[in-house]
Amino acid sequence: MGLFKSAIGKLKQGLERTRESFAAQIRSMLVGKNLDEALIKELEARLIQSDVGVHATRRLIEGIRADYRAGKQTRGEHALAYLKRELKAMWPEADRRLKFNETPGEPTVILVTGINGVGKTTSIAKLCKALRDEGKTVLLGACDTFRAGAVRQLEIWADRLGVEVVKGQQGGDPAAVAFDATAAALSRGVDVLILDTAGRLHTQDPLMRQLEKIRAVTAKKIPTAPHEVLLVLDATSGQNAIRQAEEFGKAAGVTGIFLSKLDGTARGGIVIAVREATDIPVKFVGVGETPDDVQPFDPESFIEAMFEE
Amino acid sequence: MFDRLSDGFNNALRKLSGKGNISESNVREAMEEVRTALLEADVEYGVVEQFCDEVLRDALGRDVTQSLQPGQEMIGIVHRKLVELLGGDPDAESGLAPGDAGPDILRISPGPTIVMMCGLQGSGKTTTCGKLAGWLKKRGRSVMLCAADLQRPAAIEQLETVARQADTELPGSARVLFHGEPERAKAYGQAVGVAVEVCQNALRRARAEGIDTLILDTAGRLHVNDELMDELHKVNRTLTPHQIFLVVDAMTGQDAVRSAKAFHERLAIDGVVMTKFDSDTRGGAAISVKRVTGAPLRFVGIGEKLDALEAFHPERMAGRILGMGDVVSLVEKAQEQVNEEDAKKLEAKMAKGELTMDDFLKQMKTLRRMGPLRQIMGMLPGVGSALKDINIDEKHMDRIEAMIESMTPRERAKPDVINLSRRKRVASGSGVKVDEVGGLVKQFGVINKLTKTMAGMSGSQKAAAAREFSGAGGMAGMQGLPSLAGKGSTKAKSRGVKKRKPKKR
Repeated sequence: MGLFKSAIGKLKQGLERTRESFAAQIRSMLVGKNLDEALIKELEARLIQSDVGVHATRRLIEGIRADYRAGKQTRGEHALAYLKRELKAMWPEADRRLKFNETPGEPTVILVTGINGVGKTTSIAKLCKALRDEGKTVLLGACDTFRAGAVRQLEIWADRLGVEVVKGQQGGDPAAVAFDATAAALSRGVDVLILDTAGRLHTQDPLMRQLEKIRAVTAKKIPTAPHEVLLVLDATSGQNAIRQAEEFGKAAGVTGIFLSKLDGTARGGIVIAVREATDIPVKFVGVGETPDDVQPFDPESFIEAMFEE
Repeated sequence: MFDRLSDGFNNALRKLSGKGNISESNVREAMEEVRTALLEADVEYGVVEQFCDEVLRDALGRDVTQSLQPGQEMIGIVHRKLVELLGGDPDAESGLAPGDAGPDILRISPGPTIVMMCGLQGSGKTTTCGKLAGWLKKRGRSVMLCAADLQRPAAIEQLETVARQADTELPGSARVLFHGEPERAKAYGQAVGVAVEVCQNALRRARAEGIDTLILDTAGRLHVNDELMDELHKVNRTLTPHQIFLVVDAMTGQDAVRSAKAFHERLAIDGVVMTKFDSDTRGGAAISVKRVTGAPLRFVGIGEKLDALEAFHPERMAGRILGMGDVVSLVEKAQEQVNEEDAKKLEAKMAKGELTMDDFLKQMKTLRRMGPLRQIMGMLPGVGSALKDINIDEKHMDRIEAMIESMTPRERAKPDVINLSRRKRVASGSGVKVDEVGGLVKQFGVINKLTKTMAGMSGSQKAAAAREFSGAGGMAGMQGLPSLAGKGSTKAKSRGVKKRKPKKR
């Protein structure tokens, strides 16, 4: 698949800040040192501070401690290698590509959701750009009828990227917009329809049910839709991200995670915490503020990039 | 809010509280659980370590293990430390009386008082500006919102909409004005100091209009960088705001502390506004920020609507976290909604057993206006932890409202007349099953009888009667709390019943 020419350099650059703190520190903390209880304790602190989560941290640390006590690990380098190995093993081979509609002549519908302020609209712009670069035609549906300025924000991006937007009234029914957008996507014969939804907290039941309704109306027009439900998670968020993944996963049938603002965090460990808690694959990572700054997620290079010097 | 953290604390401390004597290792074990709870709540690592060390030192120093009620003593210590951690004074009484003004926004005379909002992108700055405007408006202070964020697409429009909503939809008579110069957004990035000029223009206008408080909505960045800080610094230097508030997303992880520190170092912030507090956020950031910057948490955003802003009281919050409830805030909320005269009338009716369906409906609506039931119940002592497995079905209450609204005035006044044919009509009018209408009428009769009996009782007799009532398998529907529990805990139900009474007297 030609989508997203994965430039590893870019990912590294995007992870610059993650590396600065999370990995570079862990690396310099471990390399050239003898392993002891104090160092293991320090490593535990660093992992927690990187948002790796109590659960994953405990598992990693207990592994290292057991090895240390058994005399299998004596050097910091051993612990570092162990960390890398264990972390990589968390992601078995999996298909992390976007799923497209296989029925010829029908558009692929991608529903994008997430809590408020995680960067849904910007992430959509990135996705849109990447699909356009692939030669696909894209239509956007502005289903965020709630937040003041949301439709405008999407329109501004759409203008820049040269795609059209189907919108409704501010305060109107988001499902109606979704329905119109799906109809428009069919009649205009576009390849991909991306639906932007209002940010909602996973604790707001009625809003979570609204997502089901949006799903249902798109399926009325295109029975196999939505083909992807992407949950945008903010990489700077803490352990709450796990709850978000769980709750959205249940309510909206999330098929993939778009991890945004990865360049904004000096941590990035949340990727690990989320992985520890859920099987929903991270499909993309957002690593900058321009529409070009998107990467398919590749755990191998992600871990490598994290611990690189 | 703080639900999960609260669970963690309760689990750890409950083990101690029942015991007549506890050993040092019991205490250490409990603190290890507290430590995990805090870390899972995203409280910063260093803050957690320090907190646990201090509690442990206090507990062992005072020799909790020798006290008569070691569990209670331990909870007391944790409470004090928690209040301190949240920025309160554990010995002060302030913040405990209902209606206590709590944190106020400094007022400068002659005005306008300038408040600068800063924070990272997506933290909720613009919405918070609107909420603060509403908060001030309610207190009779006029506000101007200035769109100093020229970088983000549509930010100016968003603030304008928010300002208009605050002006027209929120309670209070003071004005909420908007100042924005969208045409300048193009010049932004090319010319230096555009944002500063916009702010200066806003200040001039605010002065001319005699505005009380000017709120500056500044630009955010993805992360703390020099460009952002330079811009904020310029605004700070030129406008010299009287208060600088940092807006922090309660869901931020361990990074919250680092960015708060960075803002504090450059701008010397006066207070923190924590947003998105209504989710099941662990709120750890809220706890860490005070310890790291020294700037107090002033407000918390607890919903999407513009009136969803609460002043932050450390003492009350510590109580909520420890499952001790927050009755003070509850009473305040009730006072906002319940009119004393109405309450007296209702009490008289109840004493005679003449409660009508209309009264019932009104009660239910009043209660629901106070906020989601779950949130309200969480403020009751002991209920917070009991609530965690209960799924409060607000929809059930919607159905009851619908049923009553489908009744004729006569049926509402004398529910006894509702026979099968009427039940069928009400059921089809409100979209429920006929059985449900029958159930409601029956339950209502029981309530009426019970309230009549209880009117002649003392407080403790009432409580006992209510307990018996809910314990005896009676529905928990009295006074608008029908079948709160998806999977039942009678504890929460009986609490629910009990808590409604003080308000009516």
